[in-house]
Amino acid sequence: MHALGARVYRRSRLNFFAILGGFLGQTAFLYLRGEKIGRCPLTNLFEVFIFLAWAMVLFYLLIGPTYRLSLLGVFTSPLVFVLQIGALLFPGLDRAAPARSAVNGWMELHAAASIVAYGAFALAGIAGVMYLVQERQLKTHHLRSIFFHLPPIRDLATANLRLILTGFALLTIGLGAGFAVGGLASHAVKIAWSVGVWLLYAFILGAEYGHRLSPRRGAWLSVGALAVVLCTLWGIRFIDQAA
Amino acid sequence: MEIVCLGLSHHTAPVEVREKFAVPDSEVAPSAVELARQPGLDEAVIVSTCNRVEFYAAGENAQDALEALGRFLTSRVGAAGTEAFFRHASQRSIEHLFRVVSGLDSMILGETEILGQVKKAYQTAQQAGATGRHLNKLFQRAFNVAKEVRTNTNITRGSISVGSVAVELAERLFGRLGECHVMILGAGETSELTAGALQARGVKAIFVANRSYDRAVALAEKMGGKALHFEDWAGNFHDVDILIGSTAAPHPVVTLAKLAPIMRTRPDRPLFCIDLAVPRDFEPAVNKLDGVYLYDIDHLRQIADDSMAVRQQEVVVCERLIERHVSEFSAWLAAGPHPLSASLHQQTEGAKS
Repeated sequence: MHALGARVYRRSRLNFFAILGGFLGQTAFLYLRGEKIGRCPLTNLFEVFIFLAWAMVLFYLLIGPTYRLSLLGVFTSPLVFVLQIGALLFPGLDRAAPARSAVNGWMELHAAASIVAYGAFALAGIAGVMYLVQERQLKTHHLRSIFFHLPPIRDLATANLRLILTGFALLTIGLGAGFAVGGLASHAVKIAWSVGVWLLYAFILGAEYGHRLSPRRGAWLSVGALAVVLCTLWGIRFIDQAA
Repeated sequence: MEIVCLGLSHHTAPVEVREKFAVPDSEVAPSAVELARQPGLDEAVIVSTCNRVEFYAAGENAQDALEALGRFLTSRVGAAGTEAFFRHASQRSIEHLFRVVSGLDSMILGETEILGQVKKAYQTAQQAGATGRHLNKLFQRAFNVAKEVRTNTNITRGSISVGSVAVELAERLFGRLGECHVMILGAGETSELTAGALQARGVKAIFVANRSYDRAVALAEKMGGKALHFEDWAGNFHDVDILIGSTAAPHPVVTLAKLAPIMRTRPDRPLFCIDLAVPRDFEPAVNKLDGVYLYDIDHLRQIADDSMAVRQQEVVVCERLIERHVSEFSAWLAAGPHPLSASLHQQTEGAKS
């Protein structure tokens, strides 16, 4: 966040280790919370936000060094910050979940795989934003300071596509596990929404692998899809719980 | 101990003077040793490149050391031309070296080649035994300064020639250029230079199309590419990533009507168009096509000028950074040797004698 504010876009070990330190803190929190409640810490919106932020940082740490996308951290941090500060500023989000039956392995897998999938989609969206920022500067011939520190747009397009593929595979596992849990009738809205998100990303992947989509449109679609997911995730959960 | 520097560069002397004083590679090591043995001098490093000839030395007294350097120079090539030499002592000489290795004193502001050249000069002198504690410390500090300047300022940012801007933009688009296909329309000198710069970055294939097929063949052979008849360029275009236009045609050769259907067949493959021709070879409207990035000669020149302006703005930042290092090094130099190391030094000198 500091790097973004100071317009310092260079690779920095300090930034990397700051993000790594934050990730270890998140991991410790999720572990302790899981120990306390005796299940995967995804029982309320507070935990979902923290878990989602953790998944995003996990993907950044996994793909950042591979694609030399160190700058991805600069773009990822604000989103992680917003998610975490949102979770911390509204204590009402951290309500104890109603007493539940015994831990169900399918349910745990469903929740965890789905949230990690959204983490991958979020990173894909961020790579999409980076692509669009650079693409616009290339088109208009106005190269600003950040341009010289961004990765090549072909690398960004590849990272974007692979992150969507990873997220899609995880979401498929999550949905499959959700169907295995049963009780579909009582979660009709959530299931319809999840299938809708799955279809949206299936369309993006189909178009990209079928060579029918330019990287620019792919980037726009990944950003748009992420916006849809972020704007509706909490609402769907609220409606589902109310039902 | 004092550090002094005597030298000339492209700022102070034309090439005919610089070449007279240049020290050939084979003579750098023995000359540095000989210089370090001069009365009044203890250590020496000689930097000799096409743009500068500089003698760095350490001695007990700055005036004596500079006089010794002057005598050495006169004994080598005579007195004529030595008036072009600048003479720096103490902080000025330290500052000068830090500026040189940081590229602030170079003909192309911020260039990094000089750092490698100074490193080589220092290693040569060190291996020949011409350096000691002071110059070792000075040059190590200089290399750290250069690294810090490069990392923490924008002095090396962007490219400042049309050809290198084109190459940098290509790398921004495609990353490594090893899988890229280049097509040249018009076998002119400018397109040859730009394609040569791209070839040096390892592009996979080069196609040359020219109205005179013989010239296309000649350039293709020179670049290890493939010649095409001019009217066939569009037919061979599907796999091309970089298209360079440099024909003498009075009207655009690459038009929206020609390019649009081709781009529709490869929506996921960007195309970088470099228009070096005047009148232009590309219709400006092709830049509106998805995945097409068109740069004409003015765009490239503007980016080069902007980069140079950024570098010039950064000079102040670099100088502030250098100033801090100069003060620190001068303080170290003024503090003199550590009591323990001084006593060891005396013992060693005693053993030598």
